[in-house]
Amino acid sequence: MEHEIICLGCPNGCHLLCTSKPGGAVDVTGNTCDRGADYGREELLEPKRTVTAVVRTDSPRVPWISVKTTRPLAKPLIPELLEELYRATAALPARRGDRFIENFRNTGVDVVFTRTASLEEAT
Amino acid sequence: MIVEAFVGNVPENAGFGAPPGGTNTPAKVISHMRDLEYDAVVIGAGAAGMAAALRVHAAGFRVAIVDREDHLGGILLQCIHNGFGLHWFKEELTGPEFAERLAAQVREAGIDVYLNTTVMDLVADNGMKSLIACSAEHGVLSFAARAIVLAMGCRERNRGNIGIPGSRPAGVFTAGLAQRLINIDGYAPGKRVVIIGSGDIGLIMARRLSWVGAKVLAVIEILPHPSGLTRNIVQCLHDFDIPLYLSHIVSRIAGQDRVEAVEVTPLENGTPNPAKTFRLECDTVLLSVGLIPENELSKKAGVQLGHDTGGPRVDAHLMTSVDGVFACGNVLHVHDLVDFVADESSRCGGNVAAYLGAGLSAGGQGRVQAGPNVKYVVPHAYVPGQDTQFSLRAMIVKKRGTLQVKRAGVVIKRKTLQHIKPAEMIYFKMKGTELGPAGPDPAPIEISVE
Ligand SMILES: Cc1cc2nc3c(=O)[nH]c(=O)nc-3n(C[C@H](O)[C@H](O)[C@H](O)COP(=O)(O)OP(=O)(O)OC[C@H]3O[C@@H](n4cnc5c(N)ncnc54)[C@H](O)[C@@H]3O)c2cc1C
Repeated sequence: MEHEIICLGCPNGCHLLCTSKPGGAVDVTGNTCDRGADYGREELLEPKRTVTAVVRTDSPRVPWISVKTTRPLAKPLIPELLEELYRATAALPARRGDRFIENFRNTGVDVVFTRTASLEEAT
Repeated sequence: MIVEAFVGNVPENAGFGAPPGGTNTPAKVISHMRDLEYDAVVIGAGAAGMAAALRVHAAGFRVAIVDREDHLGGILLQCIHNGFGLHWFKEELTGPEFAERLAAQVREAGIDVYLNTTVMDLVADNGMKSLIACSAEHGVLSFAARAIVLAMGCRERNRGNIGIPGSRPAGVFTAGLAQRLINIDGYAPGKRVVIIGSGDIGLIMARRLSWVGAKVLAVIEILPHPSGLTRNIVQCLHDFDIPLYLSHIVSRIAGQDRVEAVEVTPLENGTPNPAKTFRLECDTVLLSVGLIPENELSKKAGVQLGHDTGGPRVDAHLMTSVDGVFACGNVLHVHDLVDFVADESSRCGGNVAAYLGAGLSAGGQGRVQAGPNVKYVVPHAYVPGQDTQFSLRAMIVKKRGTLQVKRAGVVIKRKTLQHIKPAEMIYFKMKGTELGPAGPDPAPIEISVE
């Protein structure tokens, strides 16, 4: 079956035509780079997205801190990850790049802070 | 597993907020000084202000940055999603990460930063410029500088700007304000949301709201094509099955104390067809209907504004009509990508340094005009023989189009563009040699797309 997919690899947004072949292979046309071919294949077999969110902290001065997944996460797992993030509390200080969640559901995807919040700000 | 967040030695002021004087100078040293003198003062500590200041500093001049917020980074702190930085840092970053990287450079350089300090007035009659600012901590500060960089960013168009009929209930927000409420303050603005306008900020908010558990009912766009990037239509609307109504308007907002519903009317051949009006029950309306440069201070300084960009008119050096007053970033024209903001602002800083030092090239400047299908081109002037980076905003949507530059009626450059659309600023460079030999009175050039 043929699927038209818009590539999210970069802002160009190429229109990919992806055809699944027997045995799990996928043919991709319409891409202008190799990343596009990879994206089309993955989008058909197991679509993934990078998740960004904010997490509650233990400090009233910076009550929320921003986080992201280190890699795109399989779409069906996103609601679970968000649930977990909304229940969690981050202890300050926190530094940009520090890990907050490690290897979420064994996917190899971590969640890291995307900003630094120091104790000065916290008090 | 949740790993306990970092506990340990965080360098002093590791966050966005740094006291004036950089990392090591206590705020108190400056707090009793009322009259301050610098070679250049930058107004605004967003990506634009920081990139410009870094360049001025690197050239050996004394520069200060003043911002009314309590952090460096401006609007970026609330843009928590990724997609920034691919050009400037060669790495995909979120807004806060992009801001922190620049902020770290500013602090490393030891540039004086005045936070929580609002610039109230700017007087610029040639020679020395003076600037009045005030803050709770420092009281009234007066700055004197030979050069000023305007980097105040932009503001969002609001309901008043687009005139939607109906009552005036609570629950109507601009998309950027909603972004701040959710990402900085941790409040969801509502549960059932209709978004007016398909600009990128509105699209990003459709996803953000969905991820915090709100139901986004629809995005309503007056134009026949989306205003935002295709990738945002896919990852922010399609992923959540949010319908996008093109060529539709919100004809009424209903509700007493709180928004209760909006009425949506399709446009047929450009006119609303009330017979096909439908109603969406919602408690919140977000407006993503465009941005306008923040012009209050520019006006006070007597800077000439352009109708095309909505911001100051600038010459080939990004200098406004007032000698020694420069502009860059969203205050100059609204950018969609922070990477271009940083690039433009860094170049602006280079020009400021030239102005303060050896002087800007004195060659005659020719006018730059927006030709067919182009809303505006920045800068508004060029110097023949000098490499120039142009930014332009197209008014058409086209695949594989052509950009054309004409000088005195003769085509001097032609370039194929993969995509032309209003949502994506076109950023292109011309070599000095392409722009012709220097002369006393260069002919205007005209840039068009088709
Ligand atoms: C809501 C919103 C969302 C955006 N999302 C994205 C995105 O997802 N991706 C992307 O690439 N770009 C995005 N942009 C574009 C963004 O504008 C640029 O990426 C860039 O961050 C703008 O930088 P700037 O320095 O010009 O403006 P800003 O970051 O707005 O900085 C201007 C600064 O000037 C200060 N200021 C203004 N007036 C005064 C005064 N009188 N006295 C003292 N200080 C003053 C303000 O406090 C502010 O800190 C977004 C813009 C907006 C408005």
